Amino acid sequence: MKLNGPLLEARHVVQEFVVRGHGGVKGGVVQAVSDVSFEVRSGETLGIVGETGSGKSTLARALLQAPRPKSGSVLFRGSDLVKLSGRRLMEARRHVQMVFQDPFGSLNPKWRVSQIVEEPLVAHGVGSRAERQRRVAEVLLRVGLDPKTYGPRRPRQLSGGQCQRVAIARALTLDPALIICDEPVSSLDVLIQAQVLNLFEQLRTELGLSYLFISHDLALVKQVSDRVAVMHLGKLCEIGPAESLYREPFHPYTVALLASIPSPNPTAARGRPEATISGEPPSPIDPPSGCRFRTRCPRAQERCAAEEPELRMLSDDHFVACHFPVTRETREPVPTTTTSQP
Amino acid sequence: MSTYGAPHSAAASVSGDGSRPSPSTTMPLLEVRDLWVRFRQGDRQVWAVNGLSYELFGGQTLAIIGESGSGKTVSSRALMGLLPETATVTGSARFDGEELLGLSDQEMRQHRGADLAMVFQDPTRSLNPTMRVGNQITEAIRTHLPLDRRAARERAIELLRLVRLPSPRQRFFEYPHQLSGGMRQRVMIAIALAADPKLLIADEATSSLDVTTQAQIMELLLDLQGQLGMALIMISHDLGLAASFADEVIVMYAGRAVERASTHQLFAHVRMPYTEALLEAIPRIERPSHSPLPVTPGRPPDLTTLPVGCPFEPRCSRARDTCRETSPPFEEQEPGHWWACWYPCDDGGSG
Repeated sequence: MKLNGPLLEARHVVQEFVVRGHGGVKGGVVQAVSDVSFEVRSGETLGIVGETGSGKSTLARALLQAPRPKSGSVLFRGSDLVKLSGRRLMEARRHVQMVFQDPFGSLNPKWRVSQIVEEPLVAHGVGSRAERQRRVAEVLLRVGLDPKTYGPRRPRQLSGGQCQRVAIARALTLDPALIICDEPVSSLDVLIQAQVLNLFEQLRTELGLSYLFISHDLALVKQVSDRVAVMHLGKLCEIGPAESLYREPFHPYTVALLASIPSPNPTAARGRPEATISGEPPSPIDPPSGCRFRTRCPRAQERCAAEEPELRMLSDDHFVACHFPVTRETREPVPTTTTSQP
Repeated sequence: MSTYGAPHSAAASVSGDGSRPSPSTTMPLLEVRDLWVRFRQGDRQVWAVNGLSYELFGGQTLAIIGESGSGKTVSSRALMGLLPETATVTGSARFDGEELLGLSDQEMRQHRGADLAMVFQDPTRSLNPTMRVGNQITEAIRTHLPLDRRAARERAIELLRLVRLPSPRQRFFEYPHQLSGGMRQRVMIAIALAADPKLLIADEATSSLDVTTQAQIMELLLDLQGQLGMALIMISHDLGLAASFADEVIVMYAGRAVERASTHQLFAHVRMPYTEALLEAIPRIERPSHSPLPVTPGRPPDLTTLPVGCPFEPRCSRARDTCRETSPPFEEQEPGHWWACWYPCDDGGSG
């Protein structure tokens, strides 16, 4: 996997926002993303899961320098996007595209589908008009929309699933290496969601794309990802190969998330989902000292308040930031045996 | 526990193992018969609900499952009398023996909140942003119960405690924006419970919440249901949620019920190809990464021009000529298991 080196590497990325109270007085600093480091390897899908407010979307935008992170660096194919600006940043960003959650909100309602998909080519001054038209038809076909039928339509004449296909086509026009998908199927119905997920997979194999796939839905992320990162309150708490992370989660937060998923099989061994953690996530303006999960953690001890846990490797390529991780000895029996990832 | 209003008699068994709770009376709490809802849209008719029938006993949890536009929300809003003027509602919905459809606004107000209450998906938009949450609850209480200000406030704080809102006395004076999404939904539930309703309709009540909060709210709803003996209708697009929490499930497609059974029976023997398609399309953590999901092509039908045959036929892998020509009836084809399909899935998987 590591043969080609990472495609994108985030190093100690920090993003903060100042909250202002009455009269513009500084009311506090939201620590949205705090010292997050990871890499997206060439050809892989890295999933990022976390609850609302965990900073996963802020992180995605910080990677694209929109807005720039407060500190840290974002290396894309070795060059630091944080240090680039103007034309050189635009040139680098060609290779990293984004698909958003709201398919209607992210398309200009007044434009025709063909214009929407052509726009990135125009912005980057690629090709002649005829060449651009050809490219538009090509990518529309790739995402399963007939260019003759759908090219002249406007977003309101499309269903949610079709809108999302247009958004994907737009992301593809510049032939990117990495697509950042922020909750790309969350607003779609289950059957349409399956169609779009399969499209993502198909594009990945056909075009050799890498994805950074962000979602709050753990099962969804498992479906598409090679590796998964779990975020909580601006911090990465666990990152590892998908199979290993879901079979043997080390972080108590990951364990709790997995226990909360309702299974569509009432006779399943997992049974009814459990609310294993109680209470509300702490405020990102004033996060707890030490480990940020400790106030909701069933395993928390004194050390967790005093000392912030660092990410460390516990098994093959599987890292956790926890002083008292759930290990094989302390875990409830797991039916499957442990094997390293394929 | 609530102290006002007579405790409801139903003995609720809130077990998730799929066993149906024994109905407390022989008469269902809610009996919906041949419910039709259509909307005027210009010179066209949108056939939103087409002949829906079901009954619900006290203390029971029913899940109504379907995609957008399947009629699951419209059918329950019809019961609450919450549809716009462009809607035409026909059929019958008897609550505790009394007909709900066709009541005037005035008469409906007697039932709404007091007999049947509803919790909506988006707590942010359902709460008044300029009013303290406590006042919003006391308003609901005093609409239905003859309590003075002081008693109503005590009752409101008690309700906040009942829905397990931390530090209820302090939260009473806060505004909705000071609460998290999960806390707001707890406030919405407190308002819905203000007058001890016998039926609570939760319309995608947990869909906008995180999984951990969702599990907390569902546990809360089921606990309350057991304590108060309420019946619960949970409207959702999530079969997983239904499988985990409901006693009985109705699957809707294009305004019709297409399958209905006790949760246990339904998930043990899915009959309707649509239900099967829904189940298979859900990503599950048990599946290996990158495994292709079974795909159902197409989209739900246009509700202004419904086909003569089965509405799922164009997308169905089992469809034959019969399906195009005649719509299959929705009947109890096995004891306790209803479905509308000419060529249902059987265990052998033939056809």
